[in-house]
Amino acid sequence: MNSLISLLQAAIYFGTVIMFGSLGEILTEKSGNLNLGVPGIMYLGAISSLTGAFFYERAAENPNPVVCVLIAFICAFLASALGGLIYSFLTITLRANQNVTGLALTIFGSGVGNFFGGSLNKLAGGVGQISVSATSAAFRANIPALANLGTVGDVLFSYGFLVYFAIAAAIVMQWFLKRTRVGLNLRAVGENPATADAAGINVTLYKYLSTCIGSGIVGLGGLYYVMDYTKGTWANDGTIEGLGWLAVALVIFTTWKPANAIWGAYLFGVLYWMNYYIPGLTRYSQELFKMLPYLITIIVLVITSLRKKKEDQPPANLGLAYFREER
Amino acid sequence: MLSNTQSHGKEPFVRMVKRDGVPAKKAWGIRLIGLLLALVVCAVLIFAITKLNPLKVYTTMFQGAFGTTRRSWQTVREAMMLLCVSLGLAPAFMMRFWNIGAEGQILVGGVATAGCMIYLGDKLPSVLLFAVMLIASIAAGALWGFVPAFFKAKFGTNETLFTLMMNYIAIQLTSYFVAVWEKPYGSNSVGIINDVTNAGWFKPLFGQQYGWNVVIVLVLTFAMYFYLRYSKQGYEIKVVGESENTARYAGINVKNVIIRTMIISGAVCGLSGFLAVAGSSHTISVSTAGGRGFTAIIVAWLSKFNSFVMILFSFLLAFLEKGAAEIASKFNLNDYVSDMIEGIILFFVLGSEFFIN
Repeated sequence: MNSLISLLQAAIYFGTVIMFGSLGEILTEKSGNLNLGVPGIMYLGAISSLTGAFFYERAAENPNPVVCVLIAFICAFLASALGGLIYSFLTITLRANQNVTGLALTIFGSGVGNFFGGSLNKLAGGVGQISVSATSAAFRANIPALANLGTVGDVLFSYGFLVYFAIAAAIVMQWFLKRTRVGLNLRAVGENPATADAAGINVTLYKYLSTCIGSGIVGLGGLYYVMDYTKGTWANDGTIEGLGWLAVALVIFTTWKPANAIWGAYLFGVLYWMNYYIPGLTRYSQELFKMLPYLITIIVLVITSLRKKKEDQPPANLGLAYFREER
Repeated sequence: MLSNTQSHGKEPFVRMVKRDGVPAKKAWGIRLIGLLLALVVCAVLIFAITKLNPLKVYTTMFQGAFGTTRRSWQTVREAMMLLCVSLGLAPAFMMRFWNIGAEGQILVGGVATAGCMIYLGDKLPSVLLFAVMLIASIAAGALWGFVPAFFKAKFGTNETLFTLMMNYIAIQLTSYFVAVWEKPYGSNSVGIINDVTNAGWFKPLFGQQYGWNVVIVLVLTFAMYFYLRYSKQGYEIKVVGESENTARYAGINVKNVIIRTMIISGAVCGLSGFLAVAGSSHTISVSTAGGRGFTAIIVAWLSKFNSFVMILFSFLLAFLEKGAAEIASKFNLNDYVSDMIEGIILFFVLGSEFFIN
């Protein structure tokens, strides 16, 4: 029982990171932009929140938790949205190839993240690794009355607020895409920009906004990762990159529906950590178990392309630049 | 007057129209300007971080990449690796098949090579061993290319996402084999394979340790150039890339072309795994591919699939990596600064494509 609880907890920690990543990417892809810069954007979100919190904690005598959270949150969102803006400018305005631009963004983001993550403290004249304990504690704070409810409290209420924020974001985004006029317009842009354009929708604006806001949300995955998952420290171990690609996988798994990201993310978390909780596995068979999320994603991808069900398909214009004069 | 113009509706401030074509010389000039701009931006950035004279930093980078004979050869080896992967990607990209899976194809090629070295190293004579290693790596890479291509051709499964996932399957597979072949026990690494017998290691050629790497990749460069440019299959790839409908109308079997081309693409990437293991590191780990599968995508794309231009871009990126590593160790920073610089340069070069098309 105890190990089941800790597996669920590990899955929720893990799932929250990739849930943010996939939610942001769903929003981006709905506009027809396939942004392969997700890992890089997560890095940007992670490092900028860490940097913001680092300088605030150094400057303030007694860091105020609310200010800590606000600074880290805003830094993460803005820096990631800026990453999305670079991508948007190159692919939408300059019509550069989306795949290549996204990969360049991933290389750039991981460079920025790992460079500053590894040397920020040194550049600022400190010793050892960067650590923002006050901010991290603020992000991990829970409501003790609820968290102490025994098993229920452990499984449902023992997390920082970002875990619940991610779920709320998924529900809001599902509603936004399905039930609002703006959401409908956005989907039209991703399916057929020429028709959307003819219907008077500002294609460029929609693509820019959804990519930048989507990137901002992806960055929150990075924020959650450094503040909660690694407790306000930095490790140059490339974990964020792996999580970023897994978030891209999750987008496929959800068949571009935000609500599916909630359980999909936790399922990926369970699959990823399950090998530690199955007795009698050798160390190498554990590695094979970690393949499962990717294998399942491939299976989902193949099945959706086999069934050809309209509502499960990727946006029809995914990955293609829109060039008005070329219609 | 004012109301008159308004009734006509808004005129766009700028109107963008595709160019008919830019002479090749001018196109490369524009790319060069983009590159120089990027270097200026990087210089400013480096100055902001380290407060060092940017020119001096670039000098240091140059020393890091070409300062000694040994370093030069390492840069060459790195460039050859990148070039090899880019050559593998070129046919797929020319067909507009987004093979993001080179990373995985390199890894499985490397794993196959390492497996042969471990299990057959002391059983086969040298020439036969190399033949087996070569075939195994090519077959493994080809298989990794075949699977997504098959589903793309049969069911139209999205290849970008499929090949991306195949990377992680390959990474986990590599972790699995690293754990199986672990030596010494508990080190979580394979160690140097056949460090005593050197079985399956490339012998020095013309007195150069990486001589074989250079020869193999350069032969491949010429072969790929002629394959894509002058062979019937190369022409088919081009037509499928331009328009599948046209290809079908012209009587080209599109499905076969997709599958065949991806087998070739994966095979060449698998071969670069062979070079990485047998010709360079003599070990296998999840970092054997080291992001080259992704970097090579950029090399192949920027070179417009021209093998000889790829040589230039491979050297540029290899230079950046080695150079940045040198800055990092000299100024006590970590060497991820190279990724940052690489990213900035790519943004500029990608952006400059706009002024060419």
